[in-house]
Amino acid sequence: MIPPRSVTIVGASLAGLRAAETLRREGYDGSITMIGDEPHLPYDRPPLSKQILSGEWPPERSGLTSAEALADAGIELLTSKRAIGFDLATRQLEFGDGGTLVVDGLILATGARCRRLRATDHLAGVHVLRGLDDVEGLRRELDTGPSRVVVVGAGFIGAEVAATVRTAGFEVTLVEAEATPLARVLGSEIGEVCAEIHRDHGVDLRTGVGVVSVEGSRRVESVGLSDGSRVAADILVVGIGVVPNTEWLEDSGLTIDNGVVCDQTSLAAPGVVAAGDVARWPNPRFNEVMRVEHWDNAVEQGAHAARRLLVDDSAAVAFAPVPWFWSDQYDRKIQMAGRGRPGDEMHLATGSFAERRFAVLYGRAGRLVGVVGFNRPRHVMRYKSMIEDGVSFENAVSADV
Amino acid sequence: MGGGPDKKGVPMKIVVDYDLCESNAICMQILPEVFEVRDDDFLYVLDESPAEELRPKVEECVNRCPKQAISIEG
Ligand SMILES: Cc1cc2nc3c(=O)[nH]c(=O)nc-3n(C[C@H](O)[C@H](O)[C@H](O)COP(=O)(O)OP(=O)(O)OC[C@H]3O[C@@H](n4cnc5c(N)ncnc54)[C@H](O)[C@@H]3O)c2cc1C
Repeated sequence: MIPPRSVTIVGASLAGLRAAETLRREGYDGSITMIGDEPHLPYDRPPLSKQILSGEWPPERSGLTSAEALADAGIELLTSKRAIGFDLATRQLEFGDGGTLVVDGLILATGARCRRLRATDHLAGVHVLRGLDDVEGLRRELDTGPSRVVVVGAGFIGAEVAATVRTAGFEVTLVEAEATPLARVLGSEIGEVCAEIHRDHGVDLRTGVGVVSVEGSRRVESVGLSDGSRVAADILVVGIGVVPNTEWLEDSGLTIDNGVVCDQTSLAAPGVVAAGDVARWPNPRFNEVMRVEHWDNAVEQGAHAARRLLVDDSAAVAFAPVPWFWSDQYDRKIQMAGRGRPGDEMHLATGSFAERRFAVLYGRAGRLVGVVGFNRPRHVMRYKSMIEDGVSFENAVSADV
Repeated sequence: MGGGPDKKGVPMKIVVDYDLCESNAICMQILPEVFEVRDDDFLYVLDESPAEELRPKVEECVNRCPKQAISIEG
């Protein structure tokens, strides 16, 4: 195998950085250029909805690396530079500033961005939370007094924002279209536990209702809901999911379908790999084509994709992780591993819903496929190992953990 | 990143910043002989200076800790 003469990474965040670091750790000595459209050095997103939104951490603490560390590793970083096109045939990248670059090895790590509510762009006080600039904008408004916060979407990000802002003393209304928050991910029983946790902390949780209008002249003033009610709002935070950043690759010759489509090994085309929130690939462990929006996946797939660029097709290995995720809300640490889903066989392995400290196992076709824990990190990890080992559901249920 | 150059004879030392650690337990899954999260939800380092051949695994723990709470000295 002749390694690529150079490696270019588009997207300078978690997956891109871990890919660059892995190339060096594997002894790659060609040039590495990482290109990102944000003005910042790579930083970590999970603290944005937690410690940085709460003010517990200054924004700088989210940094994932330093200019010195990048220079020491021989990783060139170009910031505030946006890729707007790529042509697989000529291997040419095109940039928003008019520049072009012909690449050899290419790592696509452009992540995802937040969905927005239609027709709210003209209103001040409407926020999404994806980047440092978003959290700073939101914090600035929270600091200057307006106190009624409406969060749309009780998925993980929305729930974390509601928890953090409520803990800071603001009035919070959390609006969720489903009858139970997270029911489609965790099942309605566990979703109900999430709902109770919010309500116990004084969040006004409205479920089974959608947002039908957002009113205000210059600033948001209120939100109209599908049950006919209206909620006053000084700040509106929209947490209704993300979409992968692939528009710039539409005409590239790569396959784009809810992400950059890769083979099992993370390869999208010869010499082109993708990783993190933007990548979709068939995970042989679950026999499922997936795109995973989790921190650990960006780390692992970033590293995997980098190694993939350095080996022949014959030596390439499949990327077959057990996806794993955590979310911190109030004093609860929610963790999920595997691919459990409503409809699976479920078993309460430890604890109880009443004490909100438990681990639930998910079984499908006789196999342990998932685990969800509330303040049970040890159990989640033990069962995650069992999922990796292909343990049967029956054996997992009877295991002594 | 990682452990830096091997210093022959100087054992590595694992340092956990407990102000950062939130017991996600990913390290325990990677290296249960070194890291253990117990039922009290706290992380215990069972072996601060594990054998040199475990270095790659320890480095994986450093990289995969969501809180960047683990580092290696030496
Ligand atoms: C507020 C928040 C909290 C989170 N909390 C958790 C958590 O508790 N647990 C968990 O497991 N996960 C969490 N996540 C998810 C986790 O942060 C993501 O999975 C991870 O950031 C994905 O990394 P990535 O590098 O693939 O993509 P991203 O982090 O999205 O990075 C992609 C980068 O590419 C840049 N880019 C995009 N398009 C272009 C272009 N055309 N040209 C140049 N650059 C471009 C983007 O600006 C961005 O900098 C959270 C995410 C957010 C936003």
